[in-house]
Order: sequence, then structure tokens, then C-alpha cells
Amino acid sequence: MKKFEYTEKKDTRSGFGAGLLELGRKNKNVVALCADLVGSLKMDAFIKEFPDRFYQCGIAEANMIGVAAGLTIGGKIPFAGTFANFATGRVYDQVRQSVAYSGKNVKICASHAGLTLGEDGATHQIMEDIGLMKMLPGMVVINPCDYNQTKAATIAIADHVGPVYLRFGRPAVPNFTPVDQKFEIGKAILLNEGTDVTIIATGHLVWKSIEAAQILEEKGISAEIINIHTIKPLDEEAILASVRKTKAVVTAEEHLMNGGLGDSVAQLLGRELPTPIEMVAVNDKFGESGKPEDLLAKYGIDTKNIVEAVQKVLTRK
Amino acid sequence: MADIQKLKTIASQVRRDIVRMVHAQNSGHPGGSLGCADFLTALYFEIMDHNPKKFEMDGTQQDLFFLSNGHLSALWYSVLARSGYFAIDELKTFRVLNSRLQGHPTTKEGLPGIRVASGSLGQGLSVACGAALSKKLNNDPKIIYTLHGDGELQEGQNWEAAMFAAHHKIDNIISTVDYNGKQIDGPVDEVMSLGNLAAKWESFGWLVLHMNGNDMEDVIKTINHAKTLTGKQKPIVILMKTEMGMGVDFMMGTHKWHGSAPNDEQLQKALGQLQETLGDY
Repeated sequence: MKKFEYTEKKDTRSGFGAGLLELGRKNKNVVALCADLVGSLKMDAFIKEFPDRFYQCGIAEANMIGVAAGLTIGGKIPFAGTFANFATGRVYDQVRQSVAYSGKNVKICASHAGLTLGEDGATHQIMEDIGLMKMLPGMVVINPCDYNQTKAATIAIADHVGPVYLRFGRPAVPNFTPVDQKFEIGKAILLNEGTDVTIIATGHLVWKSIEAAQILEEKGISAEIINIHTIKPLDEEAILASVRKTKAVVTAEEHLMNGGLGDSVAQLLGRELPTPIEMVAVNDKFGESGKPEDLLAKYGIDTKNIVEAVQKVLTRK
Repeated sequence: MADIQKLKTIASQVRRDIVRMVHAQNSGHPGGSLGCADFLTALYFEIMDHNPKKFEMDGTQQDLFFLSNGHLSALWYSVLARSGYFAIDELKTFRVLNSRLQGHPTTKEGLPGIRVASGSLGQGLSVACGAALSKKLNNDPKIIYTLHGDGELQEGQNWEAAMFAAHHKIDNIISTVDYNGKQIDGPVDEVMSLGNLAAKWESFGWLVLHMNGNDMEDVIKTINHAKTLTGKQKPIVILMKTEMGMGVDFMMGTHKWHGSAPNDEQLQKALGQLQETLGDY
């Protein structure tokens, strides 16, 4: 299979911070809001350079979402940042009515998504957020896989007119996507061509899928890997084209099985191309405190689980 | 000088529109709508600098209004139509299938005059604060007006927004609370008392004014006074005493007409008390 290398590990939230700063310089209509988490969201550089275009909202996320919706009236492009749990579940009705239903050009920027925020535990480890957001009509849902892709996604969503949910995380992960790779909303990236199975992954689980594919190759299994950074709108054509070839699918994500990427892929395949599918995702559980890597292992969403899911789905072909 | 008699004439027609619209679909919220008819008429026909003929979402160099208590939709639609945002005849489509006049105000159907959906309560002040900040960033000197129910203030988000507005010195906003003391389940004091409402707003850093929302002269005078207080680093709120159901005797003095429609007989009785001044739709 293709070789994948990285020079360093970086957190995706820093990719967001870097993208926001660049956007600030490029587009004077870009404004930012935060609910008492500017350090965690890596927004300091933007705030330092553009203090008049930043609004500290305090620990009051519902208001932040509403203020962001209002800022669009007059042409501003607000990037509202907080932890994924507080950007979705806590403010679902505000996002639903003031942003999504009202068609407002708000970018909801959610850090510390999933299990890998680690020690803070399940109160903060939301794994329902993709589902919550993708159910809202018109909401674009993006979950990039590394620093470079998160930076590119942050910059790209400013050009999309309409609500966007941008999901990223806390831990340092391999930064392997090309720094100049174009980010197109809704366009999947074929990472590796293969013939036996299609692994469809998003976020932190993309690198895990690459690791799994390397292990599978040693076992004589050829895995195609698709990096789905946009869960909605889903790149249906790319998925169907790959699955027509491989006739077996494994999805991988740091999210609950209900409502996640796997559920979107299964829905597509059920409708268009019924195919054996296994889902590497957390099955109807809350998380707990621990080291990110230990959590991925305990909750069954690690490299090993992707390998096993591939082996299982191949028996169902 | 405002032509008070003319504004009263318009408000009378708006009240007729409200009871007819709610009656036609046997659905809607006449009580609060009737109570706030004088206020919204004053705002759209006298106070605000706005362009009904050419609605644009950004509202550049125009005063903007946000209705947070979206269930007063019949009132808002009537005032929007009567002031020229869309054809008066369209009021016939209130709450029917394929209409732009949804049960609660929305932007999705593209009804001119509406800039954000409201209905789920407590969200309007936050949105208005954002719009006010946008005006400041754009060096647009115009004013943001809002309306909220008193019962609606039980939603915590209002107080997040109140804190935010004072902290960020949003002084281009004039909010109004429909202080009628009634909500669906009964008197506000019995359902969930707001305590000393003026003291609450003051302690949150707002300038507080009071007016009688059913006295057109007082409404004009108070809002004009409020305008002179903008630009002084503080947000402004007007606690507006109104009578729910104002103008229709059997709808007044009770919370029972918050969300109930009149039957045929009640409609005739109500219309008998509300002069047709500008022609029914």
C-alpha cells in the first residue's frame, strides 16, 4: 500500500486556531466568539491580532449561539467556539431555531470532541454531537483528521454560506495530510486504493485506519481507505464507487454508532447498494476518565478493532 | 410631532386583523397580540427608520426589530403588511399550508420583514445583541428594537444576554418587555414570579424605563426619550405595562385568551368593538 508519513504530532484544535488567524487576515467580516475557553480552542492569536472582532461570552453558550446568529445580520461571518458538548447538546434548541432553521451563516467550532479529551471524563466526552448536528436540515458537518486538514477546513468553511458544524479534538495526533491539500466541503479523499474492503473513516480514526490497513496488508488483505472529513453532505458517489469494487465496508469514528458516520454510510448503502458493513464506533455507552489511547482501546475504537472488523466483514462477503 | 389619532386608527385595524386571522384558522395567540398592538404600530409607523418596500436581510442603515415572543405573530404580520412589507391580502394565509405566514415567524419562507425565527422562547435578545454588534462593526448608527414577553423572561438565556449586553456596552439596543403579568398557565406571579423586575434589569447594568403600552402618547414619548439615551454605553429596556386582550372586553383581565381563538359569535362581538378603519383584508 501507499506509504504514509508524518513529521510530527499536533492537535487538531491548533489547526483551527491557525486557520482562524489566517482567515482573520484574509476576510474582515470574520469574527470570533468564545465561552471562556479561548486557550483550549487556541483562539489567542486571533484575539491578539483582532481584539475588536472577538466577543468573549463567558460561560453562557446559549447566548453565544444567539449572538453569533445576530452577527450574521449585517454580513459578519461568526466562528463560535467552545467544547463539542457545549456547542451541541447544551445549546441544541438555540442552534436549531436561531441558526439552522433561520439559515444563518454561523460556524459552530467544537473542540474536545469524543473520548480523546481524556481525563475530564464523560461529562465532557460527547459522542452524540455528529448525530445531533447532522439531523438539523441544512447543517454541514465536518470532522477533519489532523492539524493540516483542520486548518484547511476552517479556512474553507468561511466561503460556504450557511451553518456549519466543525468538529475537532484535544490530543496531538499524526499530522500527515499534505499542507497544500485543497479542502472541498463534501468531497471525500481517497487515501489508499485497495480491492478487498473499503475502510471509511473520519477524524482521529483516519490515522488508525491507515495503521489497520498496514497490518491487514501483512495478512494479505488489500484495504481501500476513504477519509471522510465531511459527514454531511456525504460524498455518496465516492463511497458507492469504492464499494462497488470492494463489496465490503468498515466504518471508523470516535462517536456513538447511533447517529455517526457509520449510520450515514449504512443508510446510503441500504438504499443504493446493500453491502456487508461493520462499524467501529462506541455502542450505546458513555465514556470515562483515562488516557486517550487507553480509552480508544477500552471502548473498542482502536487500530486493532478496525483490523478485526475488516476480518469479520470479509467473512460476510 | 406624531399624529396620535392616525396611529390609533391603524392600531384599531391591526386589532381587527389579529382577531380575524386567529379566528379564520381557529388557531393563534390573540391575547398578547392585542395587548402589544399599540406598541408595534407606533414602532413601525412612527418610530423606526426602515424601508418596507425594499427588504434586505442585513438592514443596512435601517432600524431593526426582533420579536422574541414569536407567538405574537398575528400582530407582527398585520403590522408588517399594513406598513408595506407585503400585500395585505396575504394575511389570509396565516397558519395555512404553503404559507409564508407560519404559525411562528420564520425566515425560511422568505417573508419580508423577518430576520430570524422565533417561537421557542428566550432567544431573541441574544440575536438582537449580535445584530447590534454587527451594526457597530459596520459603523451603522441605527437602532435595534426588541419585544419580549414577561413570562418569557423565565428563560435563563435572557439573563445571559442581559449580562452580555451590559458587559459589551451595547448601547444601540432598546428592548421592551410586555409586562402584562400573564402567561399560559395563569398570572406570572403565580406561575413563576419575576420578583422586582426593574431591579433585576438595573442590577444587570441596563437603563430601565417604564411606559403604559396601551397609551399611544406615552408609548411615543417614552421610546423617543429612550432614543436620546442610546450611545451612552448602556443597553436600554422599557418595562411596558399592557393589558392582555386590549380592545376586546371579554378577552381582557384574564390569561385565558393567550392562545385561544374566538368562535364565530365571539368574533362578531370582538369586531363590534374594533372599528374598521383601513379596510379589512
